[in-house]
Amino acid sequence: MAATKMKIKKDKSGGHVVMVLVKHPMETGNRKDKKTGKKVPAHYVKTMVFTHNGAAVAQASLGPAVSKNPLTQILLTNSNSGDTVSVQWTDNQGETGGTEATIK
Amino acid sequence: MKRRVFLKGSFAAGTIAVAAAAGLLTPRRVLAASWPETAFDAKNETDAVKALFGDMPVVDSDAISIKAPLQAENGAVVPIKAWTSLSNAEAIAIVVEKNPAPWATSVEVMPGAGGLYSTRIKMGQTSPVTCYVKAGGKIHKAAHVVKVTVGGCGG
Repeated sequence: MAATKMKIKKDKSGGHVVMVLVKHPMETGNRKDKKTGKKVPAHYVKTMVFTHNGAAVAQASLGPAVSKNPLTQILLTNSNSGDTVSVQWTDNQGETGGTEATIK
Repeated sequence: MKRRVFLKGSFAAGTIAVAAAAGLLTPRRVLAASWPETAFDAKNETDAVKALFGDMPVVDSDAISIKAPLQAENGAVVPIKAWTSLSNAEAIAIVVEKNPAPWATSVEVMPGAGGLYSTRIKMGQTSPVTCYVKAGGKIHKAAHVVKVTVGGCGG
């Protein structure tokens, strides 16, 4: 259900900017369902781990205050074309997802 | 009224967190172990910063740049981009002072990654957005005020 997309762009600093879009509802747990009047249970991405050539380079911690379908960006400083970059995320209901891409 | 609804909601969220911490969802505990729960639960900015960074000196810094709108029409999606020229950044955090839970998100930067973090956050009302960067034993901060026309925190 949850699709993850990654885009890598060359940055003017010489590294690469990694952009990750996760399709995720990011429910805070405070919103009410308009039809039933019941609270929609909290459902949000908690951690995102970015790896570059197999080594973890960044770990993002997200909370309910991050918007629906979170789009996160980080910068790789020591990257070259042909390197692999991957991301793995976990949410508060135990779902996981991720994707991998190669730098062009 | 809105405040009531939110308070109730935060108790509900708390119960889920407790259930999760008790190990009902064991497979993800390994990855989620370092999720700074106390920082996300903190109800004000100072507590949240302390919870994550400890008692480090906080200094205003002009080495941090924040790109965010001056006015956000929709508080549910506010793009924030923070970057720093400090070369030894270890962590970057985004905190919204007037949100019910101010701690929005943070990233731990390890060798191989640079001082840039960008995401989209929810904002309940007009508030300064502060970006904290941990580097060289100090916490550097910079703030940017975002005006919010319609809040986006549910409720």
